[in-house]
Amino acid sequence: MADLAVTSSPGSVRLPPGIWAVPPLLVLGALFFYPLSLILRQALFGDEGAFSLAHFGEVVGSRLFLDGLYHTLVIAVSATAGCLLLGFVLSLVIAFVPFPGAKLVGRLIDTFIALPTFLVALAFTFIYGSSGLLNESLMRLLDLSLPPVDFLYSQWGVILSEITVYTPFVMRPLLAAFSLVEASQIEVASSLGAKPMRIVRQIILPAALPALIAGGSLCLLLTVNEFGIVLFIGAKDVITLPLLIYDKAIQEFDYTTACIIAVVNVALSLGLYSLYRVAVAHLAGSRAGLV
Amino acid sequence: MATPVSSQALRADDASVSEARSAFSAAAAPLLAGGRVRGIGFKDVTVAYGGLVVLASLTLDVRPGEIVALIGPSGSGKTTALRAVAGFVRPTRGRITIGDRDVTDVAPYARNIGMVVQNYALFPHMRAEENVAFGLRARGVSHAVVRERVPECLRLVGMEAYAKRFPRELSGGQQQRVAIARALAIRPQVLLLDEPLSALDAQIRRSMLDELAKLHRDLPSLTVLYVTHDQTEALTLADHIGIMRDGKLVAFGASRTLYRHPPNRFSAEFLGRANLLPVTSLEPKAGGLAQVRFGEAVLAATNPHGLPQGSQCLLCVRPHDLRLREGEGTHNILAGIVESVQWQGDLHAIALNVQGHKLRLTCAPLGAPPEAGTPLALAFDPHDVTLVPETPPEKPGG
Ligand SMILES: Nc1ncnc2c1ncn2[C@@H]1O[C@H](COP(=O)(O)OP(=O)(O)O)[C@@H](O)[C@H]1O
Ligand SMILES: [Mg+2]
Repeated sequence: MADLAVTSSPGSVRLPPGIWAVPPLLVLGALFFYPLSLILRQALFGDEGAFSLAHFGEVVGSRLFLDGLYHTLVIAVSATAGCLLLGFVLSLVIAFVPFPGAKLVGRLIDTFIALPTFLVALAFTFIYGSSGLLNESLMRLLDLSLPPVDFLYSQWGVILSEITVYTPFVMRPLLAAFSLVEASQIEVASSLGAKPMRIVRQIILPAALPALIAGGSLCLLLTVNEFGIVLFIGAKDVITLPLLIYDKAIQEFDYTTACIIAVVNVALSLGLYSLYRVAVAHLAGSRAGLV
Repeated sequence: MATPVSSQALRADDASVSEARSAFSAAAAPLLAGGRVRGIGFKDVTVAYGGLVVLASLTLDVRPGEIVALIGPSGSGKTTALRAVAGFVRPTRGRITIGDRDVTDVAPYARNIGMVVQNYALFPHMRAEENVAFGLRARGVSHAVVRERVPECLRLVGMEAYAKRFPRELSGGQQQRVAIARALAIRPQVLLLDEPLSALDAQIRRSMLDELAKLHRDLPSLTVLYVTHDQTEALTLADHIGIMRDGKLVAFGASRTLYRHPPNRFSAEFLGRANLLPVTSLEPKAGGLAQVRFGEAVLAATNPHGLPQGSQCLLCVRPHDLRLREGEGTHNILAGIVESVQWQGDLHAIALNVQGHKLRLTCAPLGAPPEAGTPLALAFDPHDVTLVPETPPEKPGG
């Protein structure tokens, strides 16, 4: 490093310091901001090219949109809560209950993150679907004419699939946080008279809080924008914003409406993201020097 | 390899020390330790990890109100013994008692033990006072008692001014004080300390050592098991010392007795520095002394372990028990050639070659120290040197 700086400094041309920001900004602009601006323009100007908020208000006030927004939020919040709960418990077991193969399980979870999301929806269809493993066996066993288990084709099916898919996203930061909790702290706590639940609440949970917030926010972002799972489950009355955009744009060729919904969806995502940044910054600020 | 000893076997010689201690304990009212004073008992405690024995049949008693130090090199099983008392390792064999309660199968949180570890293990998101209150809250103690006892414990370790600080805002020594206050707040029957000073630098370690000694004077009814690899800490604090090696207790006794009359070579070398000269025991003399032959010389030494006449044994001479010969004395003289002389500020360290054996001597700084290569004669009091049984040669790597 040192001699590199020495050899390059005297002869080389001095570039303005901001110059290196230009290429990434150009790429970002071409790939991200430009299409985004097109969507925004389509949403506000429509096909006619005249600025009007009337159509915007119409769409945003429509029954279809409000239903979609409601479903999107309910599914995202429930799935995130489920992910946090399941992820916390599973990570706790993997990190603190010694059992053979704990490392392997941890690594498997990492692999899980790499898989496409709709795979789980597909697997669920095979297991819980109307002609899936569970229903077939139950029908044969109990001599029924209709499949008895049909939660899959509802909001619950989507939520369950999303929990399955996104729990590893919570577990990864959690396992990292847990590995930093000193075993001696837990031992001292228990010798002071704390039972396991108290240790989890007062020693482990505070240490895992930043990881929980980070993992939860990521989950919320991903579930708000989830498309594959909702499409694959194909529940009739579960329409989320991304699905609505797809319907409007691809099925009905109503690009203006699709773009209006997309703008709302983007705003929702960015809002969640800023909330996440604020939370992380606040946490980092209040524990300066600790993490 | 030395065979394990049990503490009872070696108790006989220290009655006077423990009498003094118990008289002191009875006189001082228990300040913090609640209820009855309890000791710790290990009975044939064995711990193995996957077939590898790391603690072999430990039998040891820590009497109520006394400090016992377990000392030994790294990996000798000291921490394991401590963790067995705390309940974090389950002995594969044997029983552990606190007072007359068998705690072998009791969960750690129900053992009423105070524990202090090397890295302090303070809870990082809690202030000092919250750390101290943790154990009380976990036991469902009322708010009024918590409010009263937390400052009391912080005051005991001189940390009342730092109650509102987070651990990261405290120095190592201060953190260790808070850790001690936290352990004492629950009024434990026994206090377990695992190398509590080893993470501190030398100067702070020295003053913390003084404070631990003072703490025990303030809390004479507290039973303490103190694990360390530092002989100064053990000798300063402990009433009794157990010396561990390869998972076995190889010596146990009153600190002073163990230092003066080590029962084997390992103890002699691990607890303090020792010159060990191979000698042959000749014949007993009056007053517990024995005559031994070292090469050509005939010397007198104490024989507390009753080594029989004619046996090959070791003469243990502490470096500070050797004196330069004055005048023309002829008894207990070791003569050799000076190999090196070092001035270390508060003392002179002299190495001598005596009949092919290296002998070290320390003494107050000399006005005219001997020079390397010159002959020198040393003398010692027979009551200061001890015959130690020669242990069979170690297997390499054992
Ligand atoms: N959980 C464990 N699993 C396997 N071996 C262990 C475990 N804990 C300690 N040991 C082994 O037990 C031996 C004694 O360890 P320890 O009691 O910590 O020694 P000390 O405190 O005297 O340094 C060491 O060889 C160590 O490697
Ligand atoms: Mg240790």
